[in-house]
Amino acid sequence: MRFRQSNLTEAGQRFSFTRRSLLVSAAQLGLGGVLIARAAWLAIAQNDKYTLLSESNRVQLTLIPPRRGWIVDRHGQPLAKNRSDFRVDLIPDRVPSLDAVLPPLIETLGLTTEDVQRIRTDFEKAAGFQPVQVAEKLEWEQFAAINLRLPELPGVVPARGLSRDYPEGAAVAHLVGYVGSASADQYKESHDPLLITPGFKVGKDGLEKTMDLHMRGKAGAQRSEVTARGKLVRELVKRPDISGSTLKLTVEGGLQAYASRRLGMESGSVVVFDCQNGDILTMASMPAYDPNSFSDGISHDEWDMLSKNDHLPLMNKSLQALYPPGSTVKPLAALALQRHGIDPHETIYCNGGYRLGNRFFRCLGRHGSVDMPTALMKSCNTYFYAMGHRIGYDKIAVVAREFGLGQEFTLPFPSQRYGTVPDSAWKMRKYKQAWSQSDTLNATIGQGYLLASPFQLAMMAARIASGKAIVPRVINGPLVTPPPLNIPPEHLAVVHDGMNRVVNMGGTAARSRLPLDNVTMAGKTGTAQVRRIAGSQRGGDAMPWKYRDHGLFVCFAPVDNPRFAAAVVIDHGMGGSRAAAPVAKDVLTYLYDPAKAMDSLLALEKNWGGTIKERMEREAALYRANKAFERGEVPLPVTVPVPASGSSADGNSATSAAPAAPASPTASSTPPANAPSASTEAVQP
Amino acid sequence: MRPGIIPAPIMNLPWRLLLPVMFIAGFGCVVLYSAAGGHVQPWAFSQGLRFFVFLGLAIFLGRIKQNSWKAVAFPAYIIICVLLFIVELFGAVKGGSQRWIDLGFIRLQPSELMKIAIVLAIARFYDIMPAGEIRRWNAIWIPLVMIGLPAGLVLLQPDLGTATMVIAGGITVMFLAGLPLRLFIGGGLAALAALPILWFSMHDYQRNRVLIFLDPESDPLGTGYHISQSKIAIGSGGIFGKGFLNGSQSHLDYLPEGHTDFVFATMFEEWGLVGATLLIAAYFMIVRYAMQVANRSQDKFGRLLASGLGCTIFYYFSVNIMMVMGLAPVVGIPLPMFSFGGSALMTLMICFGMLMSIDRANRRSGQFI
Repeated sequence: MRFRQSNLTEAGQRFSFTRRSLLVSAAQLGLGGVLIARAAWLAIAQNDKYTLLSESNRVQLTLIPPRRGWIVDRHGQPLAKNRSDFRVDLIPDRVPSLDAVLPPLIETLGLTTEDVQRIRTDFEKAAGFQPVQVAEKLEWEQFAAINLRLPELPGVVPARGLSRDYPEGAAVAHLVGYVGSASADQYKESHDPLLITPGFKVGKDGLEKTMDLHMRGKAGAQRSEVTARGKLVRELVKRPDISGSTLKLTVEGGLQAYASRRLGMESGSVVVFDCQNGDILTMASMPAYDPNSFSDGISHDEWDMLSKNDHLPLMNKSLQALYPPGSTVKPLAALALQRHGIDPHETIYCNGGYRLGNRFFRCLGRHGSVDMPTALMKSCNTYFYAMGHRIGYDKIAVVAREFGLGQEFTLPFPSQRYGTVPDSAWKMRKYKQAWSQSDTLNATIGQGYLLASPFQLAMMAARIASGKAIVPRVINGPLVTPPPLNIPPEHLAVVHDGMNRVVNMGGTAARSRLPLDNVTMAGKTGTAQVRRIAGSQRGGDAMPWKYRDHGLFVCFAPVDNPRFAAAVVIDHGMGGSRAAAPVAKDVLTYLYDPAKAMDSLLALEKNWGGTIKERMEREAALYRANKAFERGEVPLPVTVPVPASGSSADGNSATSAAPAAPASPTASSTPPANAPSASTEAVQP
Repeated sequence: MRPGIIPAPIMNLPWRLLLPVMFIAGFGCVVLYSAAGGHVQPWAFSQGLRFFVFLGLAIFLGRIKQNSWKAVAFPAYIIICVLLFIVELFGAVKGGSQRWIDLGFIRLQPSELMKIAIVLAIARFYDIMPAGEIRRWNAIWIPLVMIGLPAGLVLLQPDLGTATMVIAGGITVMFLAGLPLRLFIGGGLAALAALPILWFSMHDYQRNRVLIFLDPESDPLGTGYHISQSKIAIGSGGIFGKGFLNGSQSHLDYLPEGHTDFVFATMFEEWGLVGATLLIAAYFMIVRYAMQVANRSQDKFGRLLASGLGCTIFYYFSVNIMMVMGLAPVVGIPLPMFSFGGSALMTLMICFGMLMSIDRANRRSGQFI
């Protein structure tokens, strides 16, 4: 404060100015130092961070979806391949206003309100450069029109892409599945940017789903320099994509398609094995969805139609439907009887049934005196009631399991059900009840608690045919020689003899002899009741479709040197010999004489109203028209006449019911507590 | 006068000022050339041309006698205050903030001129005031009103950055004039206490700018985009820069306002820390020149005016650089002589003219030479 006085003079102020300007200069230098220090901090200490940010500004990485591997049959014929198509995407960062861009797109591409809604939702969710799909599988004309209008469509990117193509359509649907865009959950799990790249599809069902990574391949990448407004300056490095691997199946493509077509209007499945090595040649389940339209993204109406259909086109019945196998398991009983010392020549007298205590278990005929091969040929229940009662079902159950019933097999499918082979311990565990003798009688002829999938029945047939413990496989690979089953050849010979007589010597499937000169088929029919039937009433023509009996047939050929084995199950087909055996006959004929088999198929398809594709299109059109009528948009459509087939069930049944237990997403080895079929009496064809 | 190859009038120019000025302007043109993607159009050429015109103006102003500045100090201050008022009215009529009057060849911003006029007027005020009255109340309130009136008008435009600079320039002259130190300490504390009031009187966009200054990453695609991208440009420049014409941030348009307010970042990306240090050093040489002129001046007016102008130049470039590096909110102050634009260039050239004028007066008096 000693300057206060002098501050009041000119000289004092001059002195004060010198001091203060020095202070100001020092402060300025200090701030200058701060500036340099800050610059050095950003440019030296944090240089790496900002260099990275600058690069990620400058360079934009675009993923190129890899080409998905094909699925081919055992001969290399494609079951699923890729088709080049045209698509249009939006890059959100480059779109100044969605509302300005949408109207011309709607006009040019004919987008529906649903499409527009989806685009809006995707657009809001998408971040920055992540493209949003506008439309795919465009016609060349539409694609060209978009390209022409590009100058007025900022942010719209037309591109060529690949889409999945299934040449056989619905015939392979349940086998190979379909593909679709990855779900939000899948993306959240892996945060793989490839999953949300437009045009990239993952497997959604069947082999496409389980073998997805095998076929996926590695994404390519395109690095390009872009301005802040998204204008491409130049393309930098391009890393090509690596295609996914081809998936070769054991399936015989032609046979798969033939079997699917041959099922016709029925709900059912056909499984064919190479019984010497376990190769699955065919696994057909019909009706089915068209995987081509599923892979495009299915419309609400289409989904509605499929999920309401009582023939369950969304279910792979070969693996997921369980049926009481009926008389088709009698060969297993015959093998068990022989193992436990029963002479196949011993006869039982059939007078139309078998009395157990005060109950009478019916046979479908009066077969008189029958031995084991005759009992198989005529499917005589009385013989198996009597003999089964003699040794007890626990012993038959052991053999049933040896042949694959109730057993789990690792197959690359998302869901399988393994059925039930009941025995006393199982019943005690499940129902806390003792096994009764009538349980034995029912199980011996394939009713009651016994449940199996068509796939298991075919495998059973294959093991009976070859006597080998074949293991099923659907992916082609090196051959594995299966070990023999613990069954003496002479026991097997008796069963083969009985099954031969079923087809070739006037047995239950005599009408289904192969129309070939040098190849014969052996088989066993089965008819499974759907519900308990009062008195002598059967699940025949007089019943509504959903209460009719299932028709089953297992078979192998040739008889003397078995090579192929098959199972055919027709839901509510009313009888194995009537519905299932003729299908098996044609399918096996196809293996030896495709032309002859095709002739008989074409004749049938004429009655049914065309190929699978034609029938499905007609059905879909009718459904849409009805829907439109319900919404009051159009007058009631004229029903498209569909020629009725002679023997098949009416496909337009109003009510819906599962052929067996409904499909469940998780494979389970036991049926639900209320097993679909709980008859105490058996029916034989 | 020594005989020489170079004519005396040119030799006698204050090259200690003109060399860094020419360096900065030349460097600026080089950067603008790059910012335009390697073209002299639309910025580098017209900026260079403008520079030479204004340099001529500065040299002309430098030949005006120091006493003439004394004469124009108050009239200039009053005219510019009136202009500010007119601009404010026009802005109201046109329904928006208008900061300039179109004179045809240049859009004149009265607020820009006020940055000098306030220094000139306050310096003149203390020049007139007898030395003994420095502790009187008059020595405080009159300058405060003189500062407050134009600053308030500029704030109304609204232009927070320029208003702050007008206030800072005026207060600095008051400080150098010798007002008691405790006033400034007390005033500083009072300003600190008034911050909340300032906060609530700010416009939304101004508040946003302050918030984003505090945390630029909170809004990387919105208002924080400027700061984030600017820091990326600076940080990725490194010590030696990416090289002339190689700045991706500016060339690919990621850096907004890369030729005006954020030109420092454009320069930094290509020339690195080395270029930035040279540039800042050049600015400091100019400020140093101003302070030396002030210290040599024999009268109070010259002393206060020269040092006040030096500080105004310092505020000008340091606020811009702090803003670009994320040390200050984005306030829309260009980097003088370096950014594309005539207003800041003109302001600085008038400053230089006055400094040269005072310098000449010092030399005439024969002292310290």
